[in-house]
Amino acid sequence: MINLFKSLVNRWWSLLSLILILLIVAVIVSWLPRSVERSMIVGLINLVLVAGLYIFVGNSGVVSFGHISFMAIGAYTTGLLTIPTMAKVVIIPNVPDFILTTSIGTTEGILVAGIVAAVFGFIIGIPLVRLTGLAAGIGMFAVLLIVNNVFTHFEPSPSGSGMLTRVPTDTKLFMALIWAIIALTIAFIFQTSRIGLLLRASREDAIAATSIGINVSRYRLVGMVVSAFVTGLGGALFAHYVGTFGADAFFLQFTFLTLAILVIGGINSLAGVVVGTFFITVISHILDRWTNGDSIVGITMDIPPGSREIAVALIMVAVLVFRPQGITGGREIKWPFRSRSTEDPEPSNNVTSDNTGAN
Amino acid sequence: MTEIMQHVVNAISLGSLFALFSLGIALIFGVARIINFALGEFLTFAGYTIFVTVGFMWLPIFVVIAAILVVVILALVMERIAFRPLREAPATTLLIVSFSLSNLLTNILLTTAGGRAKTVDFGSQFVTPISIGSVRMTLLDLVTIGVTVTLILALSLVLRYTKIGIQLRAAAEDFGMAKLLGVRANVVVASAFAISGVLAAVAGIILTVRIATLTPSFGNQAVIVAFIATVIGGLGSLTGAALGGFFIGVLTIFLEVVLPSEFQSFRDSFVFGLILVVLLIRPNGFIPTPTGERA
Repeated sequence: MINLFKSLVNRWWSLLSLILILLIVAVIVSWLPRSVERSMIVGLINLVLVAGLYIFVGNSGVVSFGHISFMAIGAYTTGLLTIPTMAKVVIIPNVPDFILTTSIGTTEGILVAGIVAAVFGFIIGIPLVRLTGLAAGIGMFAVLLIVNNVFTHFEPSPSGSGMLTRVPTDTKLFMALIWAIIALTIAFIFQTSRIGLLLRASREDAIAATSIGINVSRYRLVGMVVSAFVTGLGGALFAHYVGTFGADAFFLQFTFLTLAILVIGGINSLAGVVVGTFFITVISHILDRWTNGDSIVGITMDIPPGSREIAVALIMVAVLVFRPQGITGGREIKWPFRSRSTEDPEPSNNVTSDNTGAN
Repeated sequence: MTEIMQHVVNAISLGSLFALFSLGIALIFGVARIINFALGEFLTFAGYTIFVTVGFMWLPIFVVIAAILVVVILALVMERIAFRPLREAPATTLLIVSFSLSNLLTNILLTTAGGRAKTVDFGSQFVTPISIGSVRMTLLDLVTIGVTVTLILALSLVLRYTKIGIQLRAAAEDFGMAKLLGVRANVVVASAFAISGVLAAVAGIILTVRIATLTPSFGNQAVIVAFIATVIGGLGSLTGAALGGFFIGVLTIFLEVVLPSEFQSFRDSFVFGLILVVLLIRPNGFIPTPTGERA
């Protein structure tokens, strides 16, 4: 019984520790001012988006510059579905009837958003997962450009630029927290599943993986679909946070931010997703306060707007130059107490992970 | 017939401009495997330099020289600080670095110059329409074509006959071997950045005259075009990149002519869609590099 418990803890600790960190931070934040809470919500939305990006990029090793297209699709899906029916006639008169007459709840909207993004990921994934390296990055980038172009000229409303308004602003701290935990859990289950492990093997050595019969394209496609689902959820959460958005919200800025967080945290581990998001959220919060001329941690500064973006870009370049493996160096958080029991069912666990960390 | 000629002129003009964008990316990629996303900011900085120096009432030629100088210095600084320590990093890491540099420069411009669009009155005499026969064009169209052809010729002469040019080609072919044979890596990569800076600055100047409005995201469109042109042309191949850029320009005008008006606003989607198709059929581009090596 104790051994079973130990093996469960050993297996799930990497995930549980991250969830615990989130919960502890949330409890602390609930005592702090409202502005901190808002920053944490934004941070949690970013966490979902980065977890989505990580599921594909971290496991397959193929960098994608197009994941924000899944975010856009998620945001528009839930936006179109959840705007109150009364308001739809005014705000989005040009959409098909079935959207006009139905209005669903936020949670359903977010789920449908994830599913629609996943379907889109599947469709574009079929050809794109065959590409590797730079060609893959650029292929996905072309997808982002197309999606952006379509949404920019998509006119559900007379106002243009793909503007949607009056999306219910339901993303509160608790809800964002739940979805972030769901996103992390999906990512963790995927990366420890058979398919995830095969995909990771192909990341380390694609030729060797193919030679022992791993169908790299197929597993990449699965990774793409799961990753699109989670990124779609993130987009939906974003939509329900801001309430009003246009197509240009989902373009280079977010592409850069999510990649930056992933790279800064460490591209090869789920812990990197959380650490990177936490780091960037804290820095963004401090710089945002200073941009407004407010005081934080006892220091008052008055810095020009845009400083936050400059800081994020500088940190990212510095991390890439001095610590290309990211803050976590690709390691997961391990159960801190070494089990002395000889019946430890997975004794090699720690050894393998140390090796991954070292390279 | 006249109408067709008109479209042909437009296509060649836009194609030349795009070819110029692409060469700047292909040159650096060939030598250092860096897809320099920050090329767009080279163009933008050229534009803003013009905006600042035009106020000094200098002779136009000095404005042009100032713009080129600023961009070349920017390119060299970037190479020295960010890319030199990362010489051995994988190509995708370098791509991410250049992406963040691009973001950094955009935001520096945003903080210092503000996000509001600025009108630049430089070289406006070039945009007045002229007619040759019944085909209408601007002097700028001719200048664009002329400058591009000249620069490509000059570049190929430099690459063929000068010492640094031969070293550049050697480095593009096999960087490790070139180093073993005494080519100094730092010099070669830095000169690739400098030449790319010159090409980007010229492209930026032409674009500034053409559009006459500047925003911090001025160069985005250009870098996207160049980015894609280089890939479909065959990464690392200069001829391929120039052809790729030219192809996108021609394709854009072609779609502008043949697409029915209700699809006009989705023109770019068709362009990028076709490019995806090219990428899938020929992932190594039209003109694959001789070694066939791709990162």
